Amino acid sequence: MEASEGQKKILLQGNEAIVHGALAAGCRFFAGYPITPASEISEILSVKLPLVGGTFIQMEDEIASMGAIIGASLAGVKSMTATSGPGFSLIQENLGYACITEVPCVIVNVMRGGPSTGLPTNVAQGDVLMARWGTHGDHPIIVLSVSSVSECFSVTIKAFNLSEKFRVPVIILSDEVVAHTRESVILPNQNEIQVFDRITPSVPPEWYKPYAENNRGVPDMAAVGDGYRHHVTGLVHDERGFPTQQPKEVEQFLNRLHNKITKGFSEIVMTKSFEMEDAEVCVIAYGSVARSAMRAVKDARMQGIKAGMVQLVTLFPFPRKVVDSALRQCKAVIIPEMNMGQISREIHRVNQAGTRIIKHNRIDGHLITPSEILKHLISV
Amino acid sequence: MLERAEIIRQEYLRHDKKFPHVWCPGCGNGIVMNALLRAIHHLELPKDNIVLASGIGCSGRLPTYVDFNTIHTTHGRALTFATGVKLAKPQLSVIAVMGDGDATAIGGNHFIHAARRNLNITAIIINNNTYGMTGGQYSPTTPYGSKSTTSVYGHVEHAFNIAELAVVAGASFVARGTVYHANHLNTMIQQAIVKKGFSVVEVISNCHVQHGRRNKLGNAVQMINSFKENAVPVGKAEGMTAADMQGKFTIGVLCDVEKPVSTEEYDRVRQAAQTEASRIAEEKAKNGVKRYEE
Ligand SMILES: Cc1ncc(C[n+]2csc(CCOP(=O)(O)OP(=O)(O)O)c2C)c(N)n1
Ligand code: SF4
Ligand SMILES: [Mg+2]
Repeated sequence: MEASEGQKKILLQGNEAIVHGALAAGCRFFAGYPITPASEISEILSVKLPLVGGTFIQMEDEIASMGAIIGASLAGVKSMTATSGPGFSLIQENLGYACITEVPCVIVNVMRGGPSTGLPTNVAQGDVLMARWGTHGDHPIIVLSVSSVSECFSVTIKAFNLSEKFRVPVIILSDEVVAHTRESVILPNQNEIQVFDRITPSVPPEWYKPYAENNRGVPDMAAVGDGYRHHVTGLVHDERGFPTQQPKEVEQFLNRLHNKITKGFSEIVMTKSFEMEDAEVCVIAYGSVARSAMRAVKDARMQGIKAGMVQLVTLFPFPRKVVDSALRQCKAVIIPEMNMGQISREIHRVNQAGTRIIKHNRIDGHLITPSEILKHLISV
Repeated sequence: MLERAEIIRQEYLRHDKKFPHVWCPGCGNGIVMNALLRAIHHLELPKDNIVLASGIGCSGRLPTYVDFNTIHTTHGRALTFATGVKLAKPQLSVIAVMGDGDATAIGGNHFIHAARRNLNITAIIINNNTYGMTGGQYSPTTPYGSKSTTSVYGHVEHAFNIAELAVVAGASFVARGTVYHANHLNTMIQQAIVKKGFSVVEVISNCHVQHGRRNKLGNAVQMINSFKENAVPVGKAEGMTAADMQGKFTIGVLCDVEKPVSTEEYDRVRQAAQTEASRIAEEKAKNGVKRYEE
């Protein structure tokens, strides 16, 4: 494809494309701590953010990075951090704070092999359920995944938009392969990009209730210092932000947190289907594995097998409708993952029709190849 | 006096908040809150421009009651949030209120790095020698030999000197006060807020309920009076021997130095980046090189 007027065709690495996406979405604050394979995001932003009047800071650890981006976002500036497994463990504490205080922010986790220090330079998808459930307590959250350099750009923009719109932290799960792959991508003109900014209050300060219910379920958000003095706390709070233990208020508040995501389901859930129209067998994949799956499906088609693929871009809230219809349509579904089967659990949950599910798991630090997936497509 | 107290009550307390507060009668936290409000009132700082961030603990509840932009963060992390707010909106006065456990145990790393980084932030640490909120376990400032719910046989570790820790970590301004010396505390807090750079005020305070009771230090009044007896002004302490200082502590300004404030340094970085970018662009234009990416 060729770039048209105003667009740019450039060769980028996945991590670089995330930077481009973040800047295009309006990110002006980044706090991070170096870690392979995410460091390029920090390094490039340390160059680019000051150019656009933004701020880059390297904090003392990932706990601090997460605190700093929440602080900056509370002050009205779109913020992001990027890390990998060990750092992702550390951000969990303040991630919960962002959930309960409804502070928009984006967290990139470039997945590498774990547990612990694991395989720092190898690829894995072991943090999928952690991204959903890592911080304590029942909490709503959005988890997106990327499988290509161009998605690194577009999904990052989407992540910021969803975060601003629903006032919820959004996690982008990348992986070592996507992060370090170089591909040529076409970056759209800034005016072709849709950017959503959080809605700020229009009422006078004395009427402002920072956590009041409205028809969107997402309260308007005033920035610190804008004249709407209010209280922000990680304790469960009433609509004015003050701590409460009244069962009714507690229930109302927590229900609203969850409901705002449920209400936004159709906007949040993104999937891509490939050759699914007449598919009798399909692969459900995400991240770099979706690339291998795509190749495998093409190869299978060459051999006359009616194969298709569903790529999950949104991992949570789980795209149950699309998965459900794939399960009903196909006689077998193959789920390749670079973990022991974290998304396949979710797929099993949706599998009311009892369709045959074939897991394919690889945890040796290497990408699942097209031929591994093709073998399954042939055998069913 | 009464008049000023009334102005402060009306102007700065949150009257729409469900009082009462969570503090025990006689707790030093109230005196610190009062000193902070008087300092802000005296400096005539607009309420909209003040951000008060705190961690978790009895001390961490302080911002709940006062009418500023208040952020009750996670245990130990107040300074990390404060850092983000300050960098995003440098024009705001950012003040962090922390407990001794909050600032020097779980948040110890953030504390020394905030001091080293030297953003224009004020840190107030209420040192009551214990984890008040969780029921009186030993903290990094619990004195050697003291009893706590986790050192019933006497504490075998040694205490941090918070103010001195801040000095060596690189803070621009460090002072210590007590809840007995309330006026002095107000002055120390004013100086800390006015000071450009990272400034720290350690406040020696009483938790008679958890720490005092277990160590037979008396009631709130007796504990607060003991601060009067044991506090030695910094100047006077210089002429005293270590033996003279046994069981005592210094109050006043421990350090006040000028160094580049990183809130402003970040502006310099932005300018440097932009100058460099236009230089490269000019060079490319001159040499006829097409810019393929900015
Ligand atoms: C991560 C985490 N660990 C433990 C706690 C429990 N906790 C709440 S307050 C506190 C100690 C508070 O002591 P300090 O900071 O000295 O404040 P004080 O109550 O004495 O004012 C602890 C351990 C917590 N809230 N979060
Ligand atoms: S437990 Fe101690 S620190 Fe906490 S409010 Fe009571 S006296 Fe104050
Ligand atoms: Mg304490």
